[in-house]
Amino acid sequence: MKKRYTISVFTENRVGLLNRVTIIFTRRKINIESMAVSDSEVENVHRYTIVITETEDMLKKVVLQLEKQVEIIRAFYHEDEQIVYQELALYKVPTDILVAGKEAEKIVRSHYARVLSVESNFTVIEKTGHKDETHALFNDLKPFGILEFVRSGRIAISKPMKTLTSIIEELENNIK
Amino acid sequence: MKTIELEKENLLTKTNTMSGAQALVQALIDENVNLIFGYPGGAIMPVYDALYDVEDQLNHILTRHEQGAIHAAQGYARATGKVGVCMATSGPGATNLITGIADAQIDSTPLVCITGQVHSHLLGTDAFQETDVIGISMPVTKWNYQVTRAEEIPEAIAKAFYIARSGRPGPVLIDITKDAQFEKLKYSYQPFKGMRSYQTKNNLNQDQLRNAADLINSAEKPMVLFGQGVILSEAEKEFKTFIEKAGIPAAWTIMGLSALESDHFLNVGMLGMHGNYAPNKMTNECDVLIAVGMRFDDRVTGDLSRYAKQAKVVHLEIDPAEIDKNVKADVAVLGDAKESLSALTELLQENEHLSWLQEFRKLEHEEHETVISEELRPSVEALSMGEVLHEINKNTKGEAIVVTDVGQHQMVACRYAKFKRSKSMITSGGLGTMGFCLPAAIGAKMGQPDKEVIAVIGDGGFQMTIQELGTIFQKKTAVKIVVLNNEFLGMVRQWQELFFDKRYASTTMANPDFQSIVKGYGIAAKKVTKREDLESAVSEMTNHKGAYFLEVKVGKENNVFPMVPTGASVSEIRLK
Ligand SMILES: Cc1ncc(C[n+]2csc(CCOP(=O)(O)OP(=O)(O)O)c2C)c(N)n1
Repeated sequence: MKKRYTISVFTENRVGLLNRVTIIFTRRKINIESMAVSDSEVENVHRYTIVITETEDMLKKVVLQLEKQVEIIRAFYHEDEQIVYQELALYKVPTDILVAGKEAEKIVRSHYARVLSVESNFTVIEKTGHKDETHALFNDLKPFGILEFVRSGRIAISKPMKTLTSIIEELENNIK
Repeated sequence: MKTIELEKENLLTKTNTMSGAQALVQALIDENVNLIFGYPGGAIMPVYDALYDVEDQLNHILTRHEQGAIHAAQGYARATGKVGVCMATSGPGATNLITGIADAQIDSTPLVCITGQVHSHLLGTDAFQETDVIGISMPVTKWNYQVTRAEEIPEAIAKAFYIARSGRPGPVLIDITKDAQFEKLKYSYQPFKGMRSYQTKNNLNQDQLRNAADLINSAEKPMVLFGQGVILSEAEKEFKTFIEKAGIPAAWTIMGLSALESDHFLNVGMLGMHGNYAPNKMTNECDVLIAVGMRFDDRVTGDLSRYAKQAKVVHLEIDPAEIDKNVKADVAVLGDAKESLSALTELLQENEHLSWLQEFRKLEHEEHETVISEELRPSVEALSMGEVLHEINKNTKGEAIVVTDVGQHQMVACRYAKFKRSKSMITSGGLGTMGFCLPAAIGAKMGQPDKEVIAVIGDGGFQMTIQELGTIFQKKTAVKIVVLNNEFLGMVRQWQELFFDKRYASTTMANPDFQSIVKGYGIAAKKVTKREDLESAVSEMTNHKGAYFLEVKVGKENNVFPMVPTGASVSEIRLK
């Protein structure tokens, strides 16, 4: 049975690695639902957060293939319950819908969204949350006209307590 | 003259200031490379210029095509166990390497491939002969890296060799921009020591070893499948001790062939689609299946859902990504085969499984009666591929290195060639690359000049890299070339016969007169069309000092049997 999984990949900071990572998925025709890349708490270690929907069997193979890559330090996978995760969405709407009537303003409030920037002709609203939450706001704002919408990839922190620093220390000791 | 040479030495050893191209060449020398295969061109010219100065230390073999260069490097690596090195220019030179890189990747062959690249300021501009070789080769390299500054060269090369040869070996590509080849650097070389993101050592898990030993010790019908892992970790001795102590019949994949001598009493033959009858059948009879350094390729397993379901599976493997990939392991022992095998053997009880072995013998007999005896001593007029191999065996006594191309002759060579020494069978296993044989044989011969190297090729594959006859001619490489000519793309024709109603679409071949072609390259040649001429021709070939070309006309529509048809289970192997 296919399920949604979040894969966290920790890598060296190298040009071209993104390509190596995505090849593992595309070669097996696995759709990457979202991907976010950033640095991590350890200097020179990059972190990829990748969301896919797959069987656990395929997922395990993919994670092993990821770890096999020379410049990938470690890769982990988690189900939604094992992580704390978040996404960020931005909505550009006409400013008049917030000024003219109270309806749109109420919607923004009820979704606990934030107004990031107000210009005379448009306003940018920010909402952090899970996909269903950012999507719900999208649906509510839609009748008023959304000029632009963007949602970031999922970023996630795992609940287990082993730190990246200690994992890397172990790996570095192995090669001493 | 003298002063110039002194100055050169001074440049290299004292001040250590040199160009990137010189640094590359020096780094290869520091890695103990003495032979490379390649083809020059604009973007790699500074390197060739640097090679000119060190010809006595670093021999460059000019092949006739970059594909020839990389297959030669593969043949060299497979015959010697060392890293093969090849070189090409940017653009078309680099793309011509790709087939060989893919072949080396799937067959775990340690290679360092060096490509020239356009000036770094031209990257991404569609400059003359620019291709994104890093992007193109990424899916088929173990690691690749683009050098744009000369000072990166020593470390990049050290790292390339380290990665290519360690762990599960594989091909590495280093792309060097032309400006980095010209730029000056201060040279110092340090062998690469390892990196945190690439761990080559697995500490043996004692519990898993114990579990594996328990399964093996209590097995009544154990069977070992071995692959190239045994050869790559040079574990041939440990492997033999292991199977002998526990008395376990052992069957090989074509990549593992020659790791155990052919006539060993526990060697029960070849696995897979055209393998032997007994090991395929018994895979579905054994109670414990011990896989050593092999990856359960689909050509070996047939239908996975009906593969060894009755057996407990023990998998000794260096690459964690291979565990449970195709066949679920009940016990997985991660590690280098040499270490795993010796640790495991310690825990085993001495044993023999004579009645179980007897069951293999019975099936062997059956295969002999229905297939082998007819193949080796045909009752019909047309020559068979098997009898040619049989004749070669008689002459070489298992001491030769046999290199094959891809097709029917490959399967026949794997089935019938006899070996006494490891690293003696060189074949394109995972990728099945036609055109592999001739250049790979050249590389093998250059790596093992004292060994007889026999290239067994089909008339189709021969014409895919036939240009390498030029390399043989120029370098006087004493390879023995045997073309088994059936005037067909035989293996494809066999499938058309069996599965496509004999509709021979594009598999018949009108061949040129190979004798004249080969003679044009100054190679001694003979053609055999009748059985009575075979024996003397083969012995003439093996007694001949230089290169020799033997063409044998074999039955046009002969088939290779036994066969596990695609989609069938290994135990459904057909004898005819
Ligand atoms: C580069 C490449 N192209 C196509 C194939 C598909 N193929 C596999 S075997 C074969 C026929 C080989 O014919 P030949 O070289 O005459 O050898 P034979 O089978 O007759 O011994 C072909 C076309 C291949 N393996 N490699």
